Amino acid sequence: MFSSNVDLDDLEDILIRADFGIDAAVEITEELKREANRSGAASDAELRLLLKDLLTKRLTRSDSALNLSSGDLPYVILVVGVNGAGKTTTIGKLSRWLKDGDWSVVLGAADTFRAAAVDQLATWAQRADARIVRPEREGQDPASVAYQTVELAIREQADIAIIDTAGRLQNKKDLMDELGKVRRAVEKQARISEVLLVIDATTGQNAMAQAKAFTEVANVTGIVMTKLDGSAKGGILYALQQELDLPVKLVGVGEGINDFAFFSPEEFAKGLVAYK
Amino acid sequence: MFGNLSERLSDTFKNLRGRGKLSAADIDATLRDIRRALLEADVALEVVKTFTGKVRDRALGDEVSKALNPAQQVVQIVNDELKAILGGEARKLAFSKTPPTVIMLAGLQGSGKTTLAGKLAKWLKEQGHTPLLVAADLQRPNAVTQLQVLGEKVGVPVFAPEPGNGTGNPVKVSQDSITFAKKQQYSVVIVDTAGRLGVDQEMMQQASDIRKATNPDEVLFVVDSMLGQDAVNVAKAFHDGVGVSGVVLTKLDGDSRGGAALSVATITGAPILFSSTGEGLEAFEPFYPDRMASRILDMGDILTLIEQAQKTFDEEESKKLAQKLANEEFTLQDFLEQMQQLKKMGNMKNLLGMLPGVGQMKKQLEEFDEREIIRTEAIIYSMTPLERENPKVLNGSRRMRIAKGSGTTVTDVNQLINRFEQAAKVMKTMARGGVPNIPGTNPVLAGGTVGGGFMGGKKKNDKKKKGSKSGNPAKRAAENAGLNFGSENSKGSGSAFGL
Ligand SMILES: Nc1nc2c(ncn2[C@@H]2O[C@H](COP(=O)(O)OP(=O)(O)O)[C@@H](O)[C@H]2O)c(=O)[nH]1
Ligand SMILES: [Mg+2]
Repeated sequence: MFSSNVDLDDLEDILIRADFGIDAAVEITEELKREANRSGAASDAELRLLLKDLLTKRLTRSDSALNLSSGDLPYVILVVGVNGAGKTTTIGKLSRWLKDGDWSVVLGAADTFRAAAVDQLATWAQRADARIVRPEREGQDPASVAYQTVELAIREQADIAIIDTAGRLQNKKDLMDELGKVRRAVEKQARISEVLLVIDATTGQNAMAQAKAFTEVANVTGIVMTKLDGSAKGGILYALQQELDLPVKLVGVGEGINDFAFFSPEEFAKGLVAYK
Repeated sequence: MFGNLSERLSDTFKNLRGRGKLSAADIDATLRDIRRALLEADVALEVVKTFTGKVRDRALGDEVSKALNPAQQVVQIVNDELKAILGGEARKLAFSKTPPTVIMLAGLQGSGKTTLAGKLAKWLKEQGHTPLLVAADLQRPNAVTQLQVLGEKVGVPVFAPEPGNGTGNPVKVSQDSITFAKKQQYSVVIVDTAGRLGVDQEMMQQASDIRKATNPDEVLFVVDSMLGQDAVNVAKAFHDGVGVSGVVLTKLDGDSRGGAALSVATITGAPILFSSTGEGLEAFEPFYPDRMASRILDMGDILTLIEQAQKTFDEEESKKLAQKLANEEFTLQDFLEQMQQLKKMGNMKNLLGMLPGVGQMKKQLEEFDEREIIRTEAIIYSMTPLERENPKVLNGSRRMRIAKGSGTTVTDVNQLINRFEQAAKVMKTMARGGVPNIPGTNPVLAGGTVGGGFMGGKKKNDKKKKGSKSGNPAKRAAENAGLNFGSENSKGSGSAFGL
């Protein structure tokens, strides 16, 4: 064997600390060992570089762009996730980016549950200069708000409709069923281009359960990982891509309207190996 | 994928059982399973390392060599240590002697502070306090509105001089709220602050300034139970930057394993005071270290169930028995009554069988043999009152008569008497306060009972003897008993499940 066993253990620890999960961390480290043996890499710097390249390669995929090119307007984006993940904020940022690209955007406030959630989205709509469809009364069925949003988008020939939904924990059957209803209400009038699952980067292994459950009821097409501006590394996204085949599309890096980016595997991998 | 921890441990136990003493290699095998389980439960790596190190040291100590089933003992140590960290200093909310009591909430974005503020206000109001909510999250769009809506729902006024959404100074709002509360004679002030990242120096400074301006009696660190490895960094940042006096875990109604609880409790050393368990404003309860320990280890809510089961033991009976034990007059009649209590516990079978992740336990429950108890009953019923009170008179011919009368053999009768004598000895020791801390020892059946109500009267002695154990006699009994029954056990092999 080679002399740098200690460094490899360190790399495994880095992966575990970054929320990759123990299985992925062990598997990646094993692969790294083989590569290191092949290439003769032994120093800490060499091993880190190897890890960076390995992760970049594995995380790069062809379907990580937003699905906004079918020509079938309006493009409908449904945004789902657990409570506090950053759905509403992400919608604000995304709307602004779309508006800046001259797309017309309608937002649907289908979080009719949380106190003041509609006002929160309205504030973002204002900041992003987007239209908003509000529920007609408190506690209105979110499916009907979603329906009305798409209806307005079609009528006004808007390019994009983004629907905000209430946060829900994936083990609540009623709430998950409700989400299924929202999806079906939208599909009565339009194809859904994207169902974005918003995951907070500080989340640990439970993100896996979230992705599975939301995919089942809402056909998730992509992940948004928020709060990557903190100390959390969001390593669970590796398992989400590898195991569930869900591409990570956007990342949130702050509370400001421009604090988001498209997911770059290389940046992600770089951030990781530099991390002590 | 691997099964859950209780299944994995059951396999490890199978290999370890019956060797009498645990080698370092055996301990490490068990600890490897436990390390993995803790990581899967999102306990931070650093915390896992110190934790397993501590367990290893304790397991290598003399404690284990005394145990009948060493592997059980390791798990018991793990469970003890988990509970010590999670609930070592469980305490109530601190109130100021000179009102208002000030409670400041702090935490990451989206951890559930504002909802918690509403719940806390509702709960305090119901306890007769007059709380005031303070809208000092001026960052997140419409956080102020959200708090106002919640305040209205629970009928608690909200101090909100600034509209928020990026305008207003949260330090000044917080400071003014105290003056306002004093003037208006509110008894508790709850300050909702903006979510912030540990790495955001400016925002951490602001939180520290809010603290200085309000001089809170409690700074509650609000933690999402889904939090992963970052829990260590976040907990350090809040502990060093703001200071944390207590922890609240939120979103516990989800299905996360909640390892962050262990990370945060270890790093901050602050007690976890409350659990937030739903979106409704009533979904708020005290924190239960026992439940959290078994949730993290994925062993089902065994301890809580054992506690419930304990209640089926008649408390009066226990008291009488304790009295008798003190006077050293434990008789076969008492023995019989204990057995009958055990029978009542038969319905535990259903209760426990329903739990997720109970693993090997299910099998053990299947093996629980009521006929054993029926046979014992038959034997004791065939005795005269004199024989029941004083088993010493049981000579050969009396034993023969009893065997015939109960449809059993003399060997059965002999075995029962032996078991009774053993039990009587154990209980006498206990009555004097010498607690044989051996999971799997069974004072009534040779294999094990579920605790046994007789421990009820000896709370003080128990406590003195073993500081690390629970002071609650029911809990203690459950801890000690290791929940053993079953035909195999009655032959004294001491196999156990769950713990
Ligand atoms: N630092 C940081 N905070 C974020 C990010 N995305 C959202 N947040 C904050 O997280 C909290 C919850 O966000 P919100 O959009 O209301 O979550 P929702 O319940 O999923 O709609 C708010 O305080 C947001 O400002 C991000 O990328 N970075
Ligand atoms: Mg929202």
